[in-house]
Amino acid sequence: MADILWKLFEITIIIALLIPIAAMLVWVERRMIGIWQDRHGPNRVGPFGVLQSLADLLKILGKEDWIPPFSDRLVFVLAPIIGAMCVLMSFAVVPFSPSIGVSDLNIGLLFFLAMASLAVYSVVLAGWASNSKYALLGGMRAAAQTVSYEVFMGLSVMGVVLLTGSFNLREIVLAQTNGWLIQSQFVGFFIFLVAGIAESHRLPFDLPEAETELTAGFHTEYSGLKFALFFLGEYLGVTLISAMSVVLFFGGWLMPEPFASWLPPLLWFIIKIMFFVMFFILLRTSLPRPRFDQLLKFGWVVMLPLALLNLLVTAVLRLTGVL
Amino acid sequence: MFENVASIEGLFYFAGLVAVIASLKVVTGNNTVHALLYLVVSLLAVAVCFYLMGAPFAAGLEVIVYAGAILVLFVFAVLMFGLGADETKNAPKSKSLANMMGAMLLAAALLVEIVVIINNAEMQQSLQANVISSKAVGIMLYGPYLLAVEIASFLLLSGLLAGYHYAKPDATGGDL
Repeated sequence: MADILWKLFEITIIIALLIPIAAMLVWVERRMIGIWQDRHGPNRVGPFGVLQSLADLLKILGKEDWIPPFSDRLVFVLAPIIGAMCVLMSFAVVPFSPSIGVSDLNIGLLFFLAMASLAVYSVVLAGWASNSKYALLGGMRAAAQTVSYEVFMGLSVMGVVLLTGSFNLREIVLAQTNGWLIQSQFVGFFIFLVAGIAESHRLPFDLPEAETELTAGFHTEYSGLKFALFFLGEYLGVTLISAMSVVLFFGGWLMPEPFASWLPPLLWFIIKIMFFVMFFILLRTSLPRPRFDQLLKFGWVVMLPLALLNLLVTAVLRLTGVL
Repeated sequence: MFENVASIEGLFYFAGLVAVIASLKVVTGNNTVHALLYLVVSLLAVAVCFYLMGAPFAAGLEVIVYAGAILVLFVFAVLMFGLGADETKNAPKSKSLANMMGAMLLAAALLVEIVVIINNAEMQQSLQANVISSKAVGIMLYGPYLLAVEIASFLLLSGLLAGYHYAKPDATGGDL
């Protein structure tokens, strides 16, 4: 019984930390984009504008939470909840440090992929339930994009599974004690990162919500708290993809020896995650958005063969004993 | 976490109940998208059943392949063709008993089969098996069941080729 209570406590703490982090990311992102574009960004609320997210939250709570009369009420309300929940559930299998982590599921990696594939419903259903043209087009784009990129997201991490012999994320981290997997799996990492950007529909792959063509895409009709949930899901998604990149390819909380003793493992993990989050933001500021058919073609014609080739070469090297 | 066998059994039956109710809602509902959502719920509940029976790998694949990919394509098709709530207006309201007879017969046959299996003591023992790891599944697939895997892959390949053929730009150079 005490065991279960302790787990519940751990889950509560992790969720209570993740949500403010996601909220802070909104400010970090706007501030960093500002700096990279040679302007100030939000710097009025609190020191350096740190409290900007809090101000945004208060504003969004004050907005009318409108459910359009022409929408499918139940699905309309359900969609943003599914999105935020699927991403939060994925964090259950992420090993944060040697002692912290909700569950060491022996199919942890599959669980992550499963939750990522369920998250599509949030966007697709939001697009359908809104009963509006922009939203529907956004939802359809999201469905096509996510299903395509999911295929080789799964294939890209199979190299990791081949080398570590486990789906358990904690075991995958521990298998990298003598060297991170990025050394041999850099192609896999590249594919995983591209697929991750497409899965969390961030720029440059944010076509389901491309504002120049589709107003706001699938969340055109959303306002107030439900809109905030979509936003939360998106920033949690960025954090999750960063965390998974670190766990699968960059040794999780592990660090080579001279550095390892400087900081506790959890802090190293967070620093690595922040590095990738910054990379995501830099991508957003620097890359233009492709056309939708270019996006799908790039996925199937370039990324899928590349992922298969990576898997093949890894398997051959593994069998011949090179890796 | 649950050392208690009774609580596992309770969870199993609860998930089974959810699956049955959701499946009933799939076939009785009038709204296509709602029916598909119930089908997703049903598949997720079945995945929970698999997990509780000690087959985590099968549970994971059930969610990834069925709920996460195939059903998304179903929803995509419904969005694409605009099958909404009004589409069912044209459908016959009351289905005659004769129309349902074939399906009912098949369902009854399945029911008989399941009852026979459950009553068979030998089968009961194999249902109590331990946790099956993904490694064991892999060894089985590439050992005794290799032929079935190969046949399935050939089927998929032919599907792929057919899809490619249909999607090929035609001779006049038009796109799709």
